[in-house]
Formats: sequence, C-alpha cells, structure tokens
Amino acid sequence: MTTTVMNKIALKNPFKFREDEAVPTLTPEQMDAFGVELDAIRARVIADLGEVDREYLYKIVRIQRRCEIAGRALFYLPVIGWLPAVAALSVSKILDNMEIGHNVMHGQYDWLGDPDYNSRVFDWDTMAPAENWKYGHNYMHHTYTNIVGKDRDVGYGILRMAEDQPWRPYYLGNAAYAFGLMMLFEWGVGVHDLEVDELVAGRRTWAENRDIGARIWKKVKKQVTKDYIMWPLLTGPLFPLTFAGNFTANIVRNIWTFNIIFCGHFPAGAQTFTIEECENETRGHWYYRQLLGSANISGSKLMHVMSGNLSHQIEHHLFPDLPARRYPEIAAEIREICERYDLPYNSGPLHRQLGSVFAKIVRLSFPTPRRKVTAVTEVTAAPMAA
Amino acid sequence: MAVALGTRILRSNAVAALTTPHGVDRYLKHINPMWAAHEVRARIVDIHHEVDLPGEPRVATVTLQPTSTWAGHRAGQHVSVGVEVDGTRRTTRVFSVSSADSKPGERFTITVRANPDRVPSVSSFLAYEAKPGQMVHLSQAEGDFVLPDRVPERIVLISGGSGITPLMSMLRSLQRRTHRGQVTFLHYARSEDHQIFREELAGIAGNGVDIHLLHPEAGDPNLSPAYLTKLLGEYSEIPTWACGPAPLMEAVKAAYADSEALSTEYFQPPKSTGVAGGQISYARTGTESANSGETVLEQAEAAGLTPEFGCRMGICFSCTATKKSGLVRNVLTGETSELPDEDIRICVSAPEGDCVIDL
Ligand code: FES
Repeated sequence: MTTTVMNKIALKNPFKFREDEAVPTLTPEQMDAFGVELDAIRARVIADLGEVDREYLYKIVRIQRRCEIAGRALFYLPVIGWLPAVAALSVSKILDNMEIGHNVMHGQYDWLGDPDYNSRVFDWDTMAPAENWKYGHNYMHHTYTNIVGKDRDVGYGILRMAEDQPWRPYYLGNAAYAFGLMMLFEWGVGVHDLEVDELVAGRRTWAENRDIGARIWKKVKKQVTKDYIMWPLLTGPLFPLTFAGNFTANIVRNIWTFNIIFCGHFPAGAQTFTIEECENETRGHWYYRQLLGSANISGSKLMHVMSGNLSHQIEHHLFPDLPARRYPEIAAEIREICERYDLPYNSGPLHRQLGSVFAKIVRLSFPTPRRKVTAVTEVTAAPMAA
Repeated sequence: MAVALGTRILRSNAVAALTTPHGVDRYLKHINPMWAAHEVRARIVDIHHEVDLPGEPRVATVTLQPTSTWAGHRAGQHVSVGVEVDGTRRTTRVFSVSSADSKPGERFTITVRANPDRVPSVSSFLAYEAKPGQMVHLSQAEGDFVLPDRVPERIVLISGGSGITPLMSMLRSLQRRTHRGQVTFLHYARSEDHQIFREELAGIAGNGVDIHLLHPEAGDPNLSPAYLTKLLGEYSEIPTWACGPAPLMEAVKAAYADSEALSTEYFQPPKSTGVAGGQISYARTGTESANSGETVLEQAEAAGLTPEFGCRMGICFSCTATKKSGLVRNVLTGETSELPDEDIRICVSAPEGDCVIDL
C-alpha cells in the first residue's frame, strides 16, 4: 500500500481520516533534490517580477479603494442603499486584508520600492496591529508551520486542531469556540499575540505583553472610532443603520477570512509536526513540512483573488515572499513535482475542505483513542518511489 | 484661501480618523494624482536639454509642478526625486533645485546630468526617457546650504561642473530679489561646450554681477589663493558659497582655511568597490568593522549589535534593514544589488566591499 493511495482514500472520506497514519517520507538525497527543484522555481519567478506585478497590485488597490468609498457613500441612501453598502464594504475589507494587506506585509512587494506597499510601513483595516501580526505570523507561523507547541496558529491557543495537542475536558466546547472565533476573528487575531493561554499557564509574564498590548489598544481605538463612531456620525440620523452596516461588513470579512485560513491548514490530510522532527532541518525538509502542513482550495479566479490567493496555501507556504498572484501559475508545476516524489498535494473545493475542517473540529473535541504505533512506523519506513 | 482651507480639512484629525490606517493621501491619489494632504508629488511639465553633445551624457532641466503640499524651497536646497525607472522599481536620488526660491505649491526646476554609470539611473531616466505629464515622487526641500534672508553686500559663489545648480538657484533668486550688492561668480567647467546656462549667465553679467567661466583644461587658471587674491583682494572674509566635485572643494577649503565666511556642499557619488573586504559601517550606532564576507546579520552580531531577526533564513522579513550604500549579494540567490537606501534582509545579504547599513 502506498501512502498516496491512502491519502486519496482519506480525502474522499474525511470523517474516517486520521493524521499521522500515512506521513510520506523521503530519503535525505530525495529531500535535497526536492529542495533544489523548488529553489529553481523560486529563482525563476523572482527573475521575472516586473511591471505586471506592480500593475496588478495597483489595480487591486484601486478596486479596493473604490469599493470602500462606494460602501461608505451608499449608507446615505436609507433602505435601498444598505445592502449594497454592506456588500461593497465587505469586499473592500476582504481585499484590504487578504490580497493587499496579508501579502504586502509578507514583503511580497518590498522590491517595488514604493513606501505605500512596504512590509515595514503597511497597516491593514483590521484590529491586529501590523507589527504584532508580522511577528506571530511571518515569523512564528511561517517558520514553524504546523509544529505543535511552536506554531501558535495551530488552534490559536483556543482550539484543539491536532491530535498531538493533549485532550482536556475544556475541548468539549471545540465547535462552540471555533464558531466564536470565526465571528470575532479580527479580534481573535488582534489579541492572538498576547498569548493569553500562555499567560494563564504562567509561561509568559505581563511585562512581555506590555508593548504588544499597547499597540493593540492603540489600533483597536482607531478601528472602533472609524467604523463605530466617525462614519456612523457622518450619516447623521442614519447612525444606527451605518453602525449596523459597518458591524456586518466586519463580520462578513471575519467569517470569510476565518474559513479561508482554516481550510489552508486544517483539512484532513494536512500534517502537524513535533519539535523534535524539525530540529536541524534542511531546506528540503523545510519545504516538505510546508507542503504537508498546507492545503489548497480549488475554485474560480474570483475566489482566488478574494482569498488573497491563499487558496494556494501550499504555494504560499513554500514561497511566502513571492507575490501571491504568481501562485496559480506555479501550482501545476508544484503538483507535478509532488507526484514525482510521491508526496500528497492536498487540494479540494471550498465545500469539501470546509466539511473536513468542521469534521476535524468536532472529532477533536473528544479524546483521541490510542492507536497501534506499529502501523505508523511501518508506513514511514516503506521505501518510496522517486 | 479655498486651497488652504481644503488642505486644513484634509490634514485634520477627523479625516485621519476616517481614513485610518491608510491615511487620506492613499485615497486622494486614486481620484487625482495631483491631490495630496501630506505627501509631495509633482507632474513633469517641461524637459529642456541644456547640453546635448554626441558621446556626452545629456544635461536636462526638468520643470516640475508640485502638489499643493510642496512647502517651497530656499535657493541652494535639494530635493529627493523618486521615479519608477524601469517601469517597476522605485529609485530615489537627490538633486539640487536650480530655479529661484519657490513658494508653497510653486513650480521649480531641477537640472540633471545623466549618469549612465549607475543602473538604474534616475538622472538618465529624467534626461532621456521622461515625458511631460509623468508623475514623480518628491521629498520636501532640504539642506542648510542656503543664502541668508538678508544677503550681505558682497558675496562670492564658486562652483564646478554640475555643482552649478544650487548656485544658479541662488543667482536667480538674487536677480529676483533685486539684490543691489556685488556678486562674484566663479564656475569651473571642462570646456565651453560643457557650459550649462551659458546664455542666461551672459544676460545676468554686469549690473554688480561679475561672472568668470573658467576652463582649466583650455589653459584658464586653477583655483588658488593667489588667483582669488588677484580677483577679490582680501577674499577670505567675504561670505562665500561653494559647491562642486571633491578636488575643487578641497582647493576651496584649503584657500579659505578655517574662515567662517565659507559654506560648502559636496557632490558625493556613493562609492562601491564591488570586491570582498572593505568596511561595514553601522550608521545608527556608529560602529564599524572589517567585512568578513559573512551575512550582515552575522557580522552585526559579531560587532556587538543586536539587530532584530526571526527565521534567519530569509522568509520572515523581521530582519529587514536599510542599506544606505554598498553592494550586497543575496546568499540564497546569488543576486547582487547596489541601490542606495534599499531595504535588505540582513540574514541573507552579504556585503562585497564597503557597505553602510542603518543599524
Ligand atoms: S530573519 Fe527572517 S528574513 Fe531575515
């Protein structure tokens, strides 16, 4: 039985699939060759970056600004304007956070030399201050992707998203917490860097959080003033409607971003890792871990743009600093390489990835029954086809 | 009035609160690139070729219409100009303003000599490729090399080569201010053909302005105390402004010794030797160390600095720092780059030769 077959079966029936059952592995030589192939793709894309990438970013920004201006303006039209206003503002916030903010803050456009889109300067239209987020996300999450105990995006310190996280009765509420996190996602991401769970556990001090907290407070004040005081006030008697509209747009954005991000890392088949497995890892192994820890969402071009091309989470994790609009064009190549190395390339339509994430959230709210360890070692030790 | 009120509103805290976190300028420029509340940009309105000899780099005067945010400039000051040279990456260089003092929002000119040695070159772009109608990014005018508000009765201006631009601005301002004193202007150029502003200078000459255009390669005297004394008598007490390449400036400084009357400005092209070895200087901490060929991050740490870092493998950008000058090689890709004021990831960048990092 080869591992890829297992994975394919598993993906068809996410409810039955369990991680670690079939972690495909490569010999050190294969691992190095794999790394070299991916480095080559990266070098090629970097050499090709130019005016089209710049024009693309500017175009998305133009669309986002227009949606935002339209959204703010449509609130002046009571009744008929409200729904279009919320829709335009939601689109604006989603574009701002994903295709623009997330990607710019990854440094994907630093090479433009445009201070407006420089990773050190840019801030986005959400509660999380850029500076905090860049540490937790660009560094902790992208370096230690899916390493339980290191990558704080595994469960965000609230959920049980991996079997390696020991079960506690608290996790019986896994599904409820996930729902809450989804609705309040921008707040969750905002306070994420305070590592409240670590604080409660006594592994983190209040002093460590002082600057992080101060930045959050400053950003939250600004965001709240803008969406819940200033813009509603400007619409005069329509204040409550505008307030509700802005609130709704923020929630729509929260739901969408939560789902895209959870589909990128936690559907069935996406692997988690232990700290020991990743000690002294090579470049090839790093790529390998990024590949196995991520999952793509297939869909239309619009879906890719609205997800900031994070629907190509695999490509994003392999090359976090390449402009995301390049991910679709290299996806076929990555998939082909994976086939050659007999590595899984986890991709599926939104509804299937979502179903599988949901199943996992529910399944992991209960204790994980012990398994026979032998099965795992057997598969891992099996020789791999090149 | 209306403009001032509009700007006041656009710069208000209320508008800032409405447009956070991006700021009002990032909305305004989508409506009209000439609208701004804080940033300074300009539209190129004219490009005039001053010197265009075959086989010689072109010299061009570019007239700029700045946004209303331009605070004006004083003769002698310079401005940073940023353009997307190859249609993609923005590159910024500093140029002296060549026109007379400007008021807020007023047009001004810069005069640039194309520098084909440096790629990408803002000056070559402006001299050869730029077209009226294009936008450029600006800083506000900067620099202390300026005429005082009350210009002394007797002054001396000395320039060499492209160093003429700030002095030309001063000369033009004096004309406009109807300065009644005595101005002596000495300019050193390679030959008469290389002389920019020739006709205008001829028109200015007389009326208290004494102009000496010198071409040492054609036998004119070099700058020396003897020559200055012959021309001006007790010259070292006369307020003097001098701008030009290093050899001329050294001669001027030697001639004036420690005189308080002398103000100078260098035209310093950044040097990059492009070979291993050399020095790394850390601009912010003032530390310096010999370049060992390792990455900037490793070398900075060895020198006792504690730069920020995350992954140390070029993916998280935590370590991004500004390289002021010098050539660095990306150890992952082997790519080299020598743009000044460039953001680099110091964990994957190794300097080749001299290098200045803002750490
Ligand atoms: S430390 Fe992560 S990119 Fe340099």
